[in-house]
Amino acid sequence: MGRRRDSDLHDGDPSIEVAARDVPADLLGRAGAAAVAVVLLFALIGVRLWYLQVVQGPEMRALSESNRIRLVRVPAARGIVYDRHGEILIDNRPAFDAVFVPEDARGHTRTLHELATYLGEPETAVRQALHAPSRRPPYEGIVVRRDLDWPGVVALETHQLDLPGVTLQVGPKRYYPYGPLAAHLLGYVGEVSERDLGAAGSGLRPGDVVGKSSLERAWDAELRGTSGGEQVEVDALGRRVRVLKEEPDTPGDNLTLTLDLDLQEVAERALGAAAGAVVALDPRNGEVLVLASHPAYDPNVFARGVQRDEWRTLVQDRLHPLSDRAVQGQYPPGSTFKVAVATAALDSGLIGPSWSVFCGGGLQFGGHYFHCWRKGGHGTVSLHDAIVESCDVYFYQAGERLGVDLIADYARRLGLGLPTGIRLEHEKTGTIPDTQWKRKRFGQPWFAGETLSVAIGQGYVTATPLQMAQLAAVVANGGIRYRPHYVMRVEGPDGAVKQAVEPEVLSDAHVRPGVFEQIRSAMRDVVMTDRGTARKARVAGIEVAGKTGTAQAVGGEAAAKRDPRARKDHAWFIAFAPVEHAEIAIAVLVEHAGEHGGTVAAPIAQQVLERYFTRGAAPPPPAQEAHADR
Amino acid sequence: MPIDRRLLRHFEWTLPLLALVVSGTGIATVYSATYVPGSVGLSGFTLRQLASLALGLGGMVAVLAFDYRRLDRGAALVYTLALGAVLLVPVLGRIGGGSRRWIRIGPMSLQPSEFMKLALVIFLAHHFARLRDVRPGLRDAVVPLVAAAVPAVVILAQPDLGSAAVLGFVLLTMLVLGGLRLRVLGAMAAPIAVLAPFLWRHLKPYQQRRIATFLDPDTDPLGAGYHIIQSKIAVGSGMTWGKGFLQGTQNHLNFLPEHHTDFIFSVFAEEWGFVGCVVLMVLYLLLVLRGLAIAQRARDRFGILLCLGVMSVIFWQVVINVGMVTGLLPVVGIPLPFFSYGGSSMLCLLIGVGLVMNVAMRRYTMRR
Repeated sequence: MGRRRDSDLHDGDPSIEVAARDVPADLLGRAGAAAVAVVLLFALIGVRLWYLQVVQGPEMRALSESNRIRLVRVPAARGIVYDRHGEILIDNRPAFDAVFVPEDARGHTRTLHELATYLGEPETAVRQALHAPSRRPPYEGIVVRRDLDWPGVVALETHQLDLPGVTLQVGPKRYYPYGPLAAHLLGYVGEVSERDLGAAGSGLRPGDVVGKSSLERAWDAELRGTSGGEQVEVDALGRRVRVLKEEPDTPGDNLTLTLDLDLQEVAERALGAAAGAVVALDPRNGEVLVLASHPAYDPNVFARGVQRDEWRTLVQDRLHPLSDRAVQGQYPPGSTFKVAVATAALDSGLIGPSWSVFCGGGLQFGGHYFHCWRKGGHGTVSLHDAIVESCDVYFYQAGERLGVDLIADYARRLGLGLPTGIRLEHEKTGTIPDTQWKRKRFGQPWFAGETLSVAIGQGYVTATPLQMAQLAAVVANGGIRYRPHYVMRVEGPDGAVKQAVEPEVLSDAHVRPGVFEQIRSAMRDVVMTDRGTARKARVAGIEVAGKTGTAQAVGGEAAAKRDPRARKDHAWFIAFAPVEHAEIAIAVLVEHAGEHGGTVAAPIAQQVLERYFTRGAAPPPPAQEAHADR
Repeated sequence: MPIDRRLLRHFEWTLPLLALVVSGTGIATVYSATYVPGSVGLSGFTLRQLASLALGLGGMVAVLAFDYRRLDRGAALVYTLALGAVLLVPVLGRIGGGSRRWIRIGPMSLQPSEFMKLALVIFLAHHFARLRDVRPGLRDAVVPLVAAAVPAVVILAQPDLGSAAVLGFVLLTMLVLGGLRLRVLGAMAAPIAVLAPFLWRHLKPYQQRRIATFLDPDTDPLGAGYHIIQSKIAVGSGMTWGKGFLQGTQNHLNFLPEHHTDFIFSVFAEEWGFVGCVVLMVLYLLLVLRGLAIAQRARDRFGILLCLGVMSVIFWQVVINVGMVTGLLPVVGIPLPFFSYGGSSMLCLLIGVGLVMNVAMRRYTMRR
């Protein structure tokens, strides 16, 4: 082919070119046909553009001005929450919000002034709402007033013309019929935060309502549902002209809890004005029957949009009503911890049931005098007696024999120092100290004297009321630690069961047979004999086992200066019943009660237990009928 | 290699000039699409797109340096490298916008699926150029089919329906232009029709939704259906003369999704109107026709097919993208050539232009 060196001279001479080219004519023909096809398709596009821009142009221009076609979200109703007998704990009610689209109001000032007048609010309050969402897409409404009262709704409806850009949006609002009851378990809802909006794949939009704490937050994905929406055409003032298309919302799933409303009410009434917590579990499966923390708050306040001063009051309250003492409060367990020490003593074999100690009211150890709570002393006591009468001297000596590491090992086997794994945020684990922990934490060796404090549940030892209820359940059921759970099942809006929560075993204490029997027997005598410290927990006809605790509050002088309550002791009581085949395990804490666990905490547990057993083990309240009435 | 005097005399000017004009308009539109009122200077998007243009022009010139017939011999290697890069994406890929499409190399993120489009063109041109038979049969279609299907499936899984669809269109174009009888094509279409329901089930739900939305926009009024409507409003509201540069409202109010990438045409159409759109479409048309003219005058079968293939990549992407934005076709993520923001696409297209120029300039140099 090199022969055509002079080819450029023959540019355009087809006969020479074709002869030289290694190209079939057919291929060239197809390329020509392709050109025709290309022109035709481009012509089609041209026609389409002409149709959209010239024929439909004026119409499209009008729609584009102040973006007349908008998406309006239709929020889904959150799922309803029932107690174990079908009583409604969280419901929805219809409510009206005033929504403002600033782009629709040419000149906000007048509109805002009018709006404030009709709402009967200072103009500054309305203005404040406008500053809230910074990443708002244009033309997306801002909620300026949540949950309008009826006069407000009427005022806005009748003065639509004075209020360009203001519309009413009807949607479901969260409603907690029992107010503060079980507030710390149920949690509350609120408008989604900007941080949550940023999370990828959340599918959330500004203004959406999400669970903010506790159950509402932990089960938000189930409860939330899928919001629907409408494609609406609006006029120049932002009022809807017509709905073009719509997609219905899907309500969230309903939850049936293991919580027992009746027992919860009894527990909270018994706790009264005191700061403290009550937790009751079913030792057979870990179901949460009662979870109360006082002082509480009313989640309805959050549902309708918490006002600034309401929020300040809640946050600045010295008693911290927002914190969940049952799950997040860490307290020295005091003598209730002796249950763990006794388990260590019996199972390790270092201390036999017959080993006994003389209690003269105290013990000299390492240059320090350790008191027993009873100044006169208990005389000679065995392990059984030491639990029944809560003898400190016995446990000082037992602790010294066992050593802190062995005690810590058994405490953890009973679930202390570990998360219980309940599905609630910010669960605290408490502290179970040992030599390694102290080295890590303080860089110091363990001192023998500290073991004596640990043996009576003081010193570094802390636990949450939930952990103590779990401990009682573990002792009651022979060593099985269940994950505490408060949701029994999840049902779709159509009633189909989507998920049934099964009991989950977290661990087995692996304690020799007979050990828990001995401890149960001692705990029974704490309640059932007159020497016991918890005679006030007796329930007619039922064998109750328990253990009292009176814990010195740690905090020192500084805390005492801030809050005079800080010096006072915490009162504890843990219990389960019936002693054999227990159905309920309970822990009661009264913060800074200043009195003995047997005096203050035991009667609270007694009321819950009495209610549980007097109405029958499997209570058949008229729940089904009541439910049908709604 | 000393530069052949004849190469310069036959330098192809029309094609790169058209590409440059379109690219320049595109960058101005990216600027408008990402413009924040009150800001000074060029946005990061605009600067990066300018850098991509410079890099692309460099690539375009670079591929002029060697005779394109070397690519004929190295086609298998080019294809293998591109396929390798596509296969690496699931392993090394960076996730962006819900799918894994990019590989990071130093400061750049490359999108191997863009390179795959070009590599497939080279490989298919090579394959069909070798066929001596005037009328290739079904057997000759097996290799091209596999060569397109393997990367298409991997890209589909990224998931990137648009790029996979482009590979399909390129394959189809090359099969037709490569000389396959229409009867053979019909025979190939039959099993695809049978497999379609199976493939449907393997599409991601959002892809299924998009196809369903295309067939009936009412099925997703809050998502794709809404995007199509807003895009049509943006295009239509441009009317005859447009709203003017930086004056588009649909765009600046963030109503349009992907307004600097896949939906950039609606930004352009809103600001420049029907007149601007026609000018732009004519530019694209001239570019493609120029490419086809070069093909017709190419020296050998490989040259012809290479030009046709590169033009098919440009052509189909323009048609599908504009069709999508104006509501004629489903919403699939396909960039507008030389126009949409995206470095890999720009680089590959300009290299493609360089290859076509290469064919044009070496019409008469007969050294082997």
